[in-house]
Amino acid sequence: MSFPWAKQYSPGNDFTKWVDEKLPLPRLVYNAVGAGYPVPRNLSYMWNFGVLAGFCLVLQIVTGVILAMHYAPNALVAFSSTEHIMRDVNWGWMLRYAHANGASFFFLVLYLHIFRGLYYSSYKAPREMIWLLGVVIFLLVMATAFMGYVLPWGQMSFWGAKVITGLFGAIPLVGEPIQIWLLGGYAPDNAALNRFFSLHFLLPFVTAGVIILHIWSLHIPGSSNPTGVEVKSESDTVPFHPYYTAKDGFGLGVFLIAYMAMVFFLPNYLGHADNYIEANPLATPANIVPEWYFWPFYAILRAFTFDFILPAKLWGVIGMFSSILLWFILPWLDRSPVRSGHYRPLFRKFFWFGLIPCILVLGYCGGAHLSTFTILASQIATAYYFLHFLVILPLLSSFEKPEPLPYSITEAVLGSDKKAVLGENTSPAV
Amino acid sequence: MADTSGTATADTATGTVAHDDAAAGGDGVRRRDFINIAALSAAGVGGAAVIYPLVTQMAPSADVLAESSTDVDVSAIEPGQAIKAVFRKQPLFVRRLTPEEIKAANDTPTDSLRDAESLADRTKEGHGDLLVTMGVCTHLGCVPLGAAEGENQGEFGGYFCPCHGSQFDTAGRIRKGPAPTNLEVPDYEFTSDTTIRVG
Repeated sequence: MSFPWAKQYSPGNDFTKWVDEKLPLPRLVYNAVGAGYPVPRNLSYMWNFGVLAGFCLVLQIVTGVILAMHYAPNALVAFSSTEHIMRDVNWGWMLRYAHANGASFFFLVLYLHIFRGLYYSSYKAPREMIWLLGVVIFLLVMATAFMGYVLPWGQMSFWGAKVITGLFGAIPLVGEPIQIWLLGGYAPDNAALNRFFSLHFLLPFVTAGVIILHIWSLHIPGSSNPTGVEVKSESDTVPFHPYYTAKDGFGLGVFLIAYMAMVFFLPNYLGHADNYIEANPLATPANIVPEWYFWPFYAILRAFTFDFILPAKLWGVIGMFSSILLWFILPWLDRSPVRSGHYRPLFRKFFWFGLIPCILVLGYCGGAHLSTFTILASQIATAYYFLHFLVILPLLSSFEKPEPLPYSITEAVLGSDKKAVLGENTSPAV
Repeated sequence: MADTSGTATADTATGTVAHDDAAAGGDGVRRRDFINIAALSAAGVGGAAVIYPLVTQMAPSADVLAESSTDVDVSAIEPGQAIKAVFRKQPLFVRRLTPEEIKAANDTPTDSLRDAESLADRTKEGHGDLLVTMGVCTHLGCVPLGAAEGENQGEFGGYFCPCHGSQFDTAGRIRKGPAPTNLEVPDYEFTSDTTIRVG
């Protein structure tokens, strides 16, 4: 799809004409990320993170495929083959640090991308499908990251695998058989390591497939924008190329500076020293915490400390999974017709003073040592988290009086749309 | 938004931003061209810097390179015998030549050979009876026969490659068959009268 004023691809010479007839791949690219894709003219840097997330996936696949050339997924040698990569393989240390920190930056970028979606309500009609596919991508990336973390076969790898598969053990009746089935044994060992490696290799390509669907569904309504007002006329858009290729390119440069600074100067800052100790099934490290990007969910898991009809263990698992699964119904929970948080005074208050602090508290508590304080704080934050999505958002749409929206994107940018709405296929503003 | 030049104006007809060629500075260089070239050059250099480690990671790693010198004790090899050692995960033939084999090698005029080398070229001074070659046919890499007792040594009494029929003489030189060059003599030195270090 595209707006009627989208530029059309025209092959420049006989060769590109020949290609276009046989396989219109250049046309596809032109319409997807070239001059043929009209994009709202007012996108802020918050709209950079989709492209950056795609870049991170490519980065992880490239470094990951290379690491797989040197890594051996066997419990006897996995740990030493990781050290072999660090010490013997040419540039192996750099490739492994790039992959490990690449995971962190992938999540950082994904969280900012989701944050953008939440604040500007990118999930609302007509973009529900984009959001739903995005949640699927997020779940896939989480699963991939978890299984990748197991591969070095250090202490945190081993105990992470044990604890996370233990979550399935909380399911009544079938839980324990499922856990044993997932691991192919009673504790993580060669069987688990091998299947995790296989799936860790597979899932990124599944993710790439879902990303294609994500972008496909994005290109039907076109990109949202910070005003949440839909595109009305040609003057509301600019071609993706060169305007947003340049803007995304700049964002990519900033991203790479931060990323490379971590890879070269703080490569282990986000990791755990315990993971440089080989897996030992007989001794658990003193403080088992996941990587930072799982902290908020880990805090929700640990927030349930009491039995209430169901056992506490099961509540924790339900809470943790449903904290993400409820995003699947988010487009139907938030019924306000106004998209952008910019024009929603009450939503904005709950968002900045409710949801964001509560996620930060959960993040802190998930990474901290267990104490009565962190447990209480996680309980309060968990309660607010669910309250926010399940009660506050649905009610807000009834109470809130939104601020006036601009007539169009052009008006929001230029202050007035009268002189700008003169493109073809548009009717002048009244 | 994409307005980078001071004289750019909003083009009201298309809603996009048009750039005036007058944006060129006093020296006639357009600011946008400069930025384009600078950005693409930086990306090109950065890309090359990324490609380098991605390519060289496939070269032999430090532990493989560490296997690249091998000590071989040659004291127990009797004339007419050969042993197989391993150098860089490949067979290494060490052969003590008999006087007849030395004579056969020296009687062959080198200018009649495909790969002209004398026996003296292929052995160390003072150890003219010790032939050290890779056990790797120079055709396509098979291991020639002839080092172990009872194996086919070919028409020239040296080595015979069963894959495609290359025949090597008692100096390990190619005499017949598809191999282009003589069996390779690796770098080695005598660390004592009875020990060689290969590599």
